[in-house]
Amino acid sequence: MTASVFFGCTFIAFGPAIALFLFTIARDPLRVIFLIAGAFFWLCSLLLSSLVWFITVQISNKESSSQQKGLLIFGVVLSVLLQETFRFGYYKLLKKANEGLLMLSAEETMPISIRQLAYVSGLGFGFMSGAFSMINILADSVGPGTIGIHGDSQHFFLSSAFMTMAIVLLHMFWGVVFFDSCEKQHWWSLAVVVISHLLVSCLTFQNPQYVGSLVPTYIIVFLVGLWAFFCAGGSLRNLKLCLTCKDKDFLLANHRPR
Amino acid sequence: MVLESSKWVMFIVCWLFKNVSCNSVAQKIYVELNNTVPCVRLLNATHQIGCQSSISGDTGVIHVLESEADLEWPLSKGPNPPYMVLLESSLFTKSIMMKMKNASSRVAGVVVVPKTSLPEFSPHTTCPNENTGVYTETYDHNLAHCNTTVWNPRGNGLSYEEFDFPVFSLKEDNETEIIKQCYFDHNRVVNGSGLQYPLCAMQLFSHMYAVTDTATCMRRSSIDFSSFPVKVCEPLGGYNVLAFIRPYNSTAFGHKENESVVIAAARLDSRAFFLEDSAGAEGSVSGFVTLLAAAQALREATQEAPPTRNILFAFFNGEVFDYIGSSRMVYDMKNNKFVIDLDNVHSILEIGQVAVRSGTNLFLHSDPVSRRNNTVHDEVTNLVKNLQSSTAGLNFSFVETGFSQPLPPSSFQRFLRARAIPGIVLADHQTAFNNRYYESFYDNAAHLNLTYPSNLSPEEQLEFVTDTAKSLTEVATAVARALFKQAGGNNSQVNNINADPKTVTQMLYGFLVRSNNSWFQAVMAPELKDVLQPNPPWYYVGVAKLSHQANALTYLVQYLLANLTGTATNLTQSQCKKPDELPNESTYMYSYFWVQGVVPPNSTQRESFCIRTAVRLAKAVSPAFVLGDYVSKEYSTWTESQWKFIKARIFLVASRDLEMLTLGVGVAVLFTSLLVTYFVSTKADVLFSVVREPNNAAY
Repeated sequence: MTASVFFGCTFIAFGPAIALFLFTIARDPLRVIFLIAGAFFWLCSLLLSSLVWFITVQISNKESSSQQKGLLIFGVVLSVLLQETFRFGYYKLLKKANEGLLMLSAEETMPISIRQLAYVSGLGFGFMSGAFSMINILADSVGPGTIGIHGDSQHFFLSSAFMTMAIVLLHMFWGVVFFDSCEKQHWWSLAVVVISHLLVSCLTFQNPQYVGSLVPTYIIVFLVGLWAFFCAGGSLRNLKLCLTCKDKDFLLANHRPR
Repeated sequence: MVLESSKWVMFIVCWLFKNVSCNSVAQKIYVELNNTVPCVRLLNATHQIGCQSSISGDTGVIHVLESEADLEWPLSKGPNPPYMVLLESSLFTKSIMMKMKNASSRVAGVVVVPKTSLPEFSPHTTCPNENTGVYTETYDHNLAHCNTTVWNPRGNGLSYEEFDFPVFSLKEDNETEIIKQCYFDHNRVVNGSGLQYPLCAMQLFSHMYAVTDTATCMRRSSIDFSSFPVKVCEPLGGYNVLAFIRPYNSTAFGHKENESVVIAAARLDSRAFFLEDSAGAEGSVSGFVTLLAAAQALREATQEAPPTRNILFAFFNGEVFDYIGSSRMVYDMKNNKFVIDLDNVHSILEIGQVAVRSGTNLFLHSDPVSRRNNTVHDEVTNLVKNLQSSTAGLNFSFVETGFSQPLPPSSFQRFLRARAIPGIVLADHQTAFNNRYYESFYDNAAHLNLTYPSNLSPEEQLEFVTDTAKSLTEVATAVARALFKQAGGNNSQVNNINADPKTVTQMLYGFLVRSNNSWFQAVMAPELKDVLQPNPPWYYVGVAKLSHQANALTYLVQYLLANLTGTATNLTQSQCKKPDELPNESTYMYSYFWVQGVVPPNSTQRESFCIRTAVRLAKAVSPAFVLGDYVSKEYSTWTESQWKFIKARIFLVASRDLEMLTLGVGVAVLFTSLLVTYFVSTKADVLFSVVREPNNAAY
């Protein structure tokens, strides 16, 4: 539409991601590296799934729209499964790398814990996924026009931005939960992650009924966020302590060497 | 991944419509308009005329104008300026355009949809070419600046105005329907309630590089900073088509002893407000078709018994823009760059607008100032006598105009500027033009009453002899006979000279209805057959091209003249390319063209052949550009601005409020997330308590 819509949608879509990057990742070079590696893994999964989809579309009947719709659903499901597979692959790689890093480094303790890695890799996945979802749309939002001349809904840009924000947050939460369940060998929670990812992806088939896809997605964001909070070691008690500013006493009482 | 699903749906939609390179989101937003004709910027020594858009296009909410009173909405009352005003051609008048020009902050652009025609409309000036003809203050004070006769009284000068918003013309087809549909869906005011966003808007891109005048833009074009210099403007020009009855050696320039030439001239080009839409049926086609037919009529007689004087058929290009072609020819003659010079010119007969008669008379215009000289006067009287006696047996007659009247705008004036040569200009008007649509896009086949019975196929229409064709044939016959007599031909042969009505009607069809017909195809060279289109050719002279390429009209006239005055030879195709190797052929005297020929009834192969003709093309670029004098008052200094791209598209625009809301929400989200993240990261030790393991680091 114009520059204001462009910036508005960019901030909506990437606001949390930028904030998280600035305050938690940017200072530590090791975290930056793992973030970028995570983004790359997501990119590889996308490449593979798009290759498969491209081939299947080429050999299919292009005229039949029901076949194309079926192919689309197949493509979406395949991509979700591939992304989760690559997440698992990244987890395995990071475990190996961590042992190697420990052997090489002079310090006794690991420079980065698996929990931090979970968060960073999830955020990396989220960054790349959000970029691929949103950049194309942002580029077109700079022009003077808005969607609608062929009868589509006007709120495309706004809802794309909100959906992208949800995806970025979701990938971060899924990363935390996924790695945690792999550590603890809770395979059922792994399955729940995959299923929730599939659910969110399939909810987008509701578009252009944006309410129908956005509202359930945000409910899922909230729920998975809560779950990730508890997986990461949070608890209601900690939260209450933080919010009522009694945390300083808590720290002093539980002081431990860093 | 999630939004890719919607993106992928669009990709599939694109592929289903076999669209290879599609940006799916852009396709949902914009509808590109492809058949647009822009108004471009032209510059001369003192002014810039035409239209200009801003470099990133001009966007405006579409408003379809219903009447002149409706102009209040875009100009003052409408709440969502700027507006893109859509007009039908009957509303494309000077008063409406000037009102919009004065309120150009609220008008983003104008789009004209040609539909009904006005009873009269001429966007040209009232006194065409008034500063570059022969009637200057010094030549005769009373006759200058159309003081005696205003030639184009209906002229409103719209073509010579400068607009700082883009003006486009759309053809009436599907695209116009889409625009009207978008307008009716979104932009109609419903009974007093305000307009609801989103509104339908249009964006026009026609950014012109050149500004101010020719001297400025030529100076900027010549600054050569890089290896690819950017041309800011290009001079207008093309080629004149010339043919002598007895050709001269084309390399021998200058005066020819004892050679006396009668020049028969006509104008080729024309213009309109939208340059690509120029039609020029009465303005130029009537004249040059008559001259072509006369050339054909003279072929037999001059080959059997060549007259004492030579005849030069000259078709001048670029005459609308201050006599580019004729001024160049006179310049070449004066500077010994042409095969004859001004001393060799005996007299001039020019055919002006001859198709819209208001009676049975055609008028002979002559120049009163040069006729004050007795020799010139006697020669002109002789020419008039030859012309009047040539109409014997025909259904019209030539009548002289009043003595005190100057010549109408014609190429002959440029010859008179150099020397007092006796001459006559033929026209169907005695004083002001009969042409109600002088230099406008309404001057088309319908204006000349070229009507064909509806049940004829295109090829049958080609052969059908219309009334206009019959009357022009008679004029061509009279002209041919007069030229023959004027050139000193044998009087007994005169009555055998007759123009062919079939040729005339075929030419009128080809030049005004459809140039891609069987006769034009037979006459053209094989490599030029793409020049033929299902529409009439363009009459705008265009930019002078560096290579030896002419525009479609020039090629058509060149090859037609070759066909009508040349001789078919037995040369093969390779011989036709290099005829100098043969003993009797010479490219110094003749041109050799390999033409496609007709398709015989029983086969599919064309019978191509080589034609030997005296037709030549002469460069028609204003001497001002040869001399480098870009502020010349003597010669034409017209140039056309260059541009990068010209396009138009429509889309919906959202309200400002929604945009600001989006920005506000975005900033709020960013701010909130920054705050929350800061809070969480500083309290991270507390929030995320770790199970203590000896070897693991804590946060």
